[in-house]
Amino acid sequence: MAAIELRNIVKVFSDKRRGRDLLTLDNINLDIEANDFVCLLGPSGCGKSTLLNIIAGFEQATSGRTLVDGRQVQRPGSDRGVVFQQPTLMPWLTAIDNVAFHLKLKGVPKAERHHRAMEFIDLVGLRGFEHHHPSELSGGMNQRVGIARALLMNPSVILMDEPFAALDAQTKLEMQEELVAIWQKRRCTIVFVTHSVDEALVLGNKIVVMTKRPGRIRDAVNFDLPRPRDITSPEFNDAKRHILALIREESTRLAQAS
Amino acid sequence: MTSAIDVSPAKPAFRLARARQGLERVVVPALLIAAWEAVARSGMLPPALLPAPSAVLHALGDWVFGFDETTQTYSGHWLRDALASALRVFGGFALASVLGILAGVAIGWSRLFEKTLEPTLQMLRPIPPVSWIPLAIIWFGIADKPAIFLVFLGAFFPVLMNSIHGVKTVDHNLVRAGAMMGANERQMLTDIVLPAALPSIFAGLRIAVGSAWMLTVTAEMVAVKSGLGYVLWDSYYFLRYDIVLAAMISIGLLGYLSDLGLKAIMARALRWQTTTTVQGRTG
Repeated sequence: MAAIELRNIVKVFSDKRRGRDLLTLDNINLDIEANDFVCLLGPSGCGKSTLLNIIAGFEQATSGRTLVDGRQVQRPGSDRGVVFQQPTLMPWLTAIDNVAFHLKLKGVPKAERHHRAMEFIDLVGLRGFEHHHPSELSGGMNQRVGIARALLMNPSVILMDEPFAALDAQTKLEMQEELVAIWQKRRCTIVFVTHSVDEALVLGNKIVVMTKRPGRIRDAVNFDLPRPRDITSPEFNDAKRHILALIREESTRLAQAS
Repeated sequence: MTSAIDVSPAKPAFRLARARQGLERVVVPALLIAAWEAVARSGMLPPALLPAPSAVLHALGDWVFGFDETTQTYSGHWLRDALASALRVFGGFALASVLGILAGVAIGWSRLFEKTLEPTLQMLRPIPPVSWIPLAIIWFGIADKPAIFLVFLGAFFPVLMNSIHGVKTVDHNLVRAGAMMGANERQMLTDIVLPAALPSIFAGLRIAVGSAWMLTVTAEMVAVKSGLGYVLWDSYYFLRYDIVLAAMISIGLLGYLSDLGLKAIMARALRWQTTTTVQGRTG
């Protein structure tokens, strides 16, 4: 049994201004195995974030079934940790209280909460900053808090919606390396949404290429280049060429159709 | 030359700058008071119509400490009068805060309350609180109750409006993050929506405490026989404009102090917010 099973997912948004429906996701079928690092790659507006939100339980599919660990997804829950595009931390809580928020909701006493949260503060390299508020930390540090917060729940899957998109190039590289290290250390299932071919190839061991409007899965490519990955190596470039060809083929098709 | 010598001349210059800043603040009020004193003493107007600042200060001093009974029956009774007004302000404001926040959060959070409760409240809102005075008197008589009722009306709507606004504008993603971490409906309200709406709620409370003072003085002028507003209106009948002015000063001062108190509570509750703004301003 796969960790995540998507069966015939269709999502239709009603566009009231144009008075017609917009098919956003068209019959998505995808199996994600446990401990996979899957990157959903596609241009903006291809429905990749919508697909992630459906797995998270924030949105409902118009039809089709979403199973996580064999159970139908009905609402958001702590079995699926989400890292948002913006850090989305509680601004009135310190870093450690943000990381431990899930434990607070479960009624765990404060001392134990902080003790357990410190492990994840360490994991994302924020020791010394645990008593800072989000407004006192940089964007990259806040995103680390967001990652630690998702990891602490020990979820069966972690869903990430372009979490590094707002970071500068250098911080982005650091964060990508650290995320891979965390994934290798903790062996978790990650679904990572991105529009960057390079990011997908640096991170994923499976890259799902999506097409635009309606969102469909063009191809799912397994990519087992050993880590750390050298982004200038011939193997990396071969894979990149292959993915880019898939995307280009798609845009030519779209151009001809219109 | 060592660096210590380079730094030392900066210090007196810095002090001078601060002294200048202090001077800039007081120069306009000082000139105004001096001009007022000069006009009052020049005899252009009878002293009864425009008491000099010194006379007002004298009246205020006697009202507070009762040293020479310039203020006749009020002499030495300031604390009692101020306390009477302050208690009405506090009573009405506390009631308005509790009910305003409860109703505001309910309306902002639940469609049901928004549909059932909000139209009625929004219809009552444009009615000036002062126009309730006749009804307040026949319902509650002449005592503390009508004043507290009026204060409540004046303070309730600012708290209500800002609480609704605060809850409605909570970042949708914070609610999603809460749901992701397993918050139930009650926790969503107490642990996410309420703290997120707090800055807006405090803005409402600060507007409300101002209206509370306005309304308590108005009520005391017509419906109550004690408090600063009553002294103000009573002195007007006896042509004691020095006491009228002393009462105005007292109300301004107490209103200012209650806002300062509220600001101090707000600074504590919203420390997460102020830390950055203070750094941002000074740094």
